[in-house]
Amino acid sequence: MTTPSRLIVGPFNRVEGDLEVTLDMSAGQVQSARVTAPMYRGFERILAGRPPEDALVVAPRICGICSVSQSVAAARALASVAQVDMPENGRLLTDLMLACENAADHLTHFVLFFMPDFVHPAYAGRPWFAAAQRRFTAMTGEAARSLVPARARFLHLMGLLAGKWPHSLAIQPGGVTKAADSGERIRLLGILADFRHQLEQVLYAGSLEEIAALDSRAALDQWADKAPLDRGDFRLFLHVARDLRLDRSGRGPARFLSHGSFGLFPAGVSVTGKITPLDHARVSEDLTRAWMDGPTRPNADKDGAYSWCKAPRLDGLSFETGALARAMVAADPLAGDLCGPDGGSVEARVVMRLVELAKLVIAMEDWARRIRPGEAICVESPLPLHGHGLGLVEAARGSLSHRLDVDGGRIRDYAIIAPTTWNFSPRDAQGNPGPLEQALQGAPVRDGETTPIAVQHIVRSFDPCMACTVH
Amino acid sequence: MRHGGQPKLAAMSKPFSILWLQAGSCGGCTMSMLAADDVGLVHSLGRFGIHLLWHPSLSAQCGAEALAILEDAAAGRVRVDALCVEGAALTGPDGSGRFQILSGSGRPMIHWIKAIAAHARHVVAVGSCAAFGGFPAAEDNPTDAVSLHHLLGQDFRAQGGLPVINVAGCAPHPGWLVESLAELALSGTCALDSLGRPRAFADHLAHHGCGRNEFYEFKASAARPSDRGCLMENLGCKATQAPGDCNIRRWNGYGSCTDAGYACINCTSPDFQDPEAPFGETAKIAGIPVGLPVDMPKAWFVALAALSKSATPKRVRANSHADHVIVPPARLPPKQP
Repeated sequence: MTTPSRLIVGPFNRVEGDLEVTLDMSAGQVQSARVTAPMYRGFERILAGRPPEDALVVAPRICGICSVSQSVAAARALASVAQVDMPENGRLLTDLMLACENAADHLTHFVLFFMPDFVHPAYAGRPWFAAAQRRFTAMTGEAARSLVPARARFLHLMGLLAGKWPHSLAIQPGGVTKAADSGERIRLLGILADFRHQLEQVLYAGSLEEIAALDSRAALDQWADKAPLDRGDFRLFLHVARDLRLDRSGRGPARFLSHGSFGLFPAGVSVTGKITPLDHARVSEDLTRAWMDGPTRPNADKDGAYSWCKAPRLDGLSFETGALARAMVAADPLAGDLCGPDGGSVEARVVMRLVELAKLVIAMEDWARRIRPGEAICVESPLPLHGHGLGLVEAARGSLSHRLDVDGGRIRDYAIIAPTTWNFSPRDAQGNPGPLEQALQGAPVRDGETTPIAVQHIVRSFDPCMACTVH
Repeated sequence: MRHGGQPKLAAMSKPFSILWLQAGSCGGCTMSMLAADDVGLVHSLGRFGIHLLWHPSLSAQCGAEALAILEDAAAGRVRVDALCVEGAALTGPDGSGRFQILSGSGRPMIHWIKAIAAHARHVVAVGSCAAFGGFPAAEDNPTDAVSLHHLLGQDFRAQGGLPVINVAGCAPHPGWLVESLAELALSGTCALDSLGRPRAFADHLAHHGCGRNEFYEFKASAARPSDRGCLMENLGCKATQAPGDCNIRRWNGYGSCTDAGYACINCTSPDFQDPEAPFGETAKIAGIPVGLPVDMPKAWFVALAALSKSATPKRVRANSHADHVIVPPARLPPKQP
């Protein structure tokens, strides 16, 4: 295969929302890739002109996967306009809801979206294939049959605190609308204990603490080798990753961004291993290759455009965001070891997501214990008629920002940059590719493949959420 | 895709196939369904012999293999018992449907919906975007988003004889979809209200079973978010008008909107996305809420409200303005150890 050829991959499933990938290939590998977000709804326009408090209802509906993350971003943006802070109890309850969503998303991604890739017939004969087939056949594999119910019961936390999931209105600028009384606090701890048990029995075949303590490539390898490959789904993945050299696959830009979260992960940027503070004022969105004439003016006929996604850049550079980025900005030794100087890989993204899942559940147990029934959960947050607000949050998939201008008691302008807007951005005015576009360069394509399997691994390793991306 | 090794009704000998498309959606309906009955969508439907021919989030087939399934469905070469569409049909710009091209196909999603709906036994609108337009169709409607009913035409009937079945809600309770599909699989039909919503849930109001009922009875109203009082008078609650059984059977094990301290926004009804007042405020004329309980004469409501307000126990009034119980019901003093 030496003549260049083009492949358009879609519908790209087991990702959240609509995605198309165009691959230019020669010599059995991807030479360049174009990532297209093919669906536009116009939420920034739908928000404009409304009373600012209505953002609490509208914003979560941008995305039914990252719904609480969108709620928190909107609430924080309004809180910065109103200049209020949540009381401690309100913050704990908000963190529990946000962490529940992030943790549930990490599990959904691993079990339902990512791992079924390895049941592909191309892998028949690999030493792990039979185990992968048994555990991860799409929809009916053993892992889905035990961990989807575990996830559903974990979401009882949302039932208790958010009323329902997705699309709650329980998170307000000044706190939350639902207190946890002493009985409910116990129920929360019970939900978390059950979830811990499922993760420790099925996903990790080990304790959460053991996973959270992994601090180097050597420690990870040692952990993987201390039991047969089908002892826990995490271990199975590590063996698959080693066999397929997923540590070399899908190298990103080696630039990472995090807004910081829960007091567990600091805010900042990491560029080739050097960590510096994040200045959100230096973030801009490039529209060169987006079907947009202005931030909220779509134009489906725009010359040279190929995606509804805008291209966010920090100091003109693309950045990768997500669980791996949170760990890199926190100078996590395992993440640093896995990335080296070359940036993220399929393996590093998936490993750090599962390590973060363990850390989140441990932290949630602590937060639930610290709830003080009877103490304040919410302060009033009257909004001025004019103001400017910024709400930053870490969704499961990475950094999410809401920026709004309030004028005369109405939203004049509302701008959203979502995690996958960063990760799956198109090229910018300088022709620099977005992180996924960069990560796909060099991906192997086998003869006759119409939907290259290596490309599928790389795309899904980012856990894209296309609904948020374009909004 | 068979679901070996899971409980199934013995009588369900005939398989029932679903093809699922995500139109102009947030994906939240699928997320809601993933928690169905605490076992998940695949398992809860499998009990009734229902299987997913293809679902964008859950199926193995990607790219060309997935497109082949959709092409077979659009040509009537594969049986589709129910086409489930999540999200609004984005018809813009200028009727071209280019605000959503089905990736890999070069053709707009509205083309695929129409083509597959023509052969499907039933067409199910999952969520209020597909049922009524929802948030994508808000105010100036930047994408000319419409409901399935609008896209397919007033007189549309699926092969099974029913119009579009509107499993409304933002997001819908997972039980509403599971039960509607199971009913179709078992009996071939489904009783619908005047707006195409399955009566199994639409014959109830979100108000039924609300945990704040004592506050409602005495018109002891919440004044601020986090207050325990009734949300109707001040905080925009429309549960007395909203179809749904969400307070009779809870969400995610324990919850409902009103249980969690915020207003019902009537998300199962058309145009809920564009209310008369901010979502968190009750629209009023001369101090009286505009949206009164659906079938109650206004004069009676006003009279009863005045009467019950004057009879409100101190305990109820005090608790209505707190985020936790500050005055417990009166009873004998607790036993001393």
